[in-house]
Amino acid sequence: MEEELKCHVGIGGVVEGEALVANDNFSARYDLDRIKGVFSRPTHALAGQSYKDKILVFNTAKGGVASAWMLHEMTARGIAPKAILFNAANTILAQGAALAGMTMCDRFADGDVTTLISTGDFVTVYPEQGRVVVKRKGI
Amino acid sequence: MKLSPLEQAMLDGEMGAARQWAVRHQLQVGRMFDAKDMVEVSQAHMMADPESIGVAGVALFEAFAALPETERRVHIPMITDPRGVDLSYYQPLGQTEEMADLERRFVAACLKLGILLTDTCINYQTIMPPVQGENVAYGDTGVVIYTNSVCGARSNFEGGPSALAAGLTGRTPRYGLHLDQHRQATCRFVIRQQPEGLTDWGVLGAVIGRKAGSYWEVPVIEGIERVPNSDEIKHMGAAMASYGSTPLFHIVGITPECQTLSDVSGDKLRSEEVTKSDIDELRRPFGAKGEKVDVVVFAAPQLSLVEMQQVANLCRGKTIHSGTDLLVCTPPSVYVDAERMGLVDMIETFGAKVLQGTCFYQQYAREIGEANGWKRLLSNSTKIVNILGGYGYQPALASMEDCIASAVAGEII
Repeated sequence: MEEELKCHVGIGGVVEGEALVANDNFSARYDLDRIKGVFSRPTHALAGQSYKDKILVFNTAKGGVASAWMLHEMTARGIAPKAILFNAANTILAQGAALAGMTMCDRFADGDVTTLISTGDFVTVYPEQGRVVVKRKGI
Repeated sequence: MKLSPLEQAMLDGEMGAARQWAVRHQLQVGRMFDAKDMVEVSQAHMMADPESIGVAGVALFEAFAALPETERRVHIPMITDPRGVDLSYYQPLGQTEEMADLERRFVAACLKLGILLTDTCINYQTIMPPVQGENVAYGDTGVVIYTNSVCGARSNFEGGPSALAAGLTGRTPRYGLHLDQHRQATCRFVIRQQPEGLTDWGVLGAVIGRKAGSYWEVPVIEGIERVPNSDEIKHMGAAMASYGSTPLFHIVGITPECQTLSDVSGDKLRSEEVTKSDIDELRRPFGAKGEKVDVVVFAAPQLSLVEMQQVANLCRGKTIHSGTDLLVCTPPSVYVDAERMGLVDMIETFGAKVLQGTCFYQQYAREIGEANGWKRLLSNSTKIVNILGGYGYQPALASMEDCIASAVAGEII
């Protein structure tokens, strides 16, 4: 069964992959071990999990301006998520996605994206159209 | 987005590959935030320490630096945020040659682009403060919140790539804080306890930032009885931006866009008190009286000349404890003045080290902490104690006076 979610027009190209979802916020600088490709901040909801090639889903972006460079640095080394979806991105993460060529969307019409998508769902993101297709895990 | 003929020419590659990259970048960002067109900016300020940009980021700069001169030079005055390595003092901190080499390569590329290596996060005190209504493209969050709130100029948080794009094109997408509607207050706070000293101002900023909680919230503050000086409001803004991603605040009767509450539509908002318990609760995780202190740090934001004199006066005639280190971060321009006036000598005779053009948390804080065995860190900066918990430190907060006294005692007093 597939479900379609509408969101604001985003950044990057069409990508698909497995969702990794948390009702938490995101900063590349403070939450990640970027060499190992895992969430490293002990208090993060996804602590210890790998983000490589995942479609990450969070509430919002936090922290300072460093994340704008870090998505690019992560993508260049091939240890990066395929896309990040937010309820509300901030300017820094959007700028970082644009530099990295990483797909990013936010502002979902049907409410809280961290409850609309579950970890393990197979997700296809169409940023130009502001559209995300979700295939439920195990269905 | 509507483009002018000049912007279209840049997009079409008529002005070289760097400006074409820049306009493409700006179009993507502008579309995400519903910008209708571009706004010309007079200055750009770029955060780009080597830890953040990595080898890939340096390669991007080097590719632009290899272009012909007319294609690679920035279009407007463009300045830099603190660097990651003080090239005159990095080995003693445990920074590696690899880190220093990345820094050297980046600096060389920036010079070819015509970027002014100011290496400062207090450019509003030391370089050229923007004027009310001026549109700029600034990086560091503390710089942006001061620029918007205290100067009444206009900037979004421009991360390094976007600041570079703005430098190359002389414009930025017109969204967010370049628009009047995003500068109106969205939440209203009343202060009952007056701040005294830099740390109090920082804590107050942090409490309000945490309550406001997002980039798109604009706090208006009532009840401040004394006009703060530039260093005080600098600490307040830096902490607010750190805790809340807040890019703009107003103080009634003090900041330029808010002579009265109604100027920012604050009269229509329900007010919330900032209580003593809010302040105490924010400070609670950062108290550690009696514990051994490994390193005392004055940074984030970098110190003004006035702060350098305050630190120097507190250091005079005293000696640091043998088990404690003390670092002071200041812009290169302030360093030169402080050296000329004997302040650097006073601070270093005490046993501290003054670093030029870096800021502690942007200079491989995790690696230098591990190399020096620093765990318990003490600072008067509410911003830095917020950040460094994620870098393996146990941060504590105290006034500048108590920081120096603790450095003498070797434990937090």
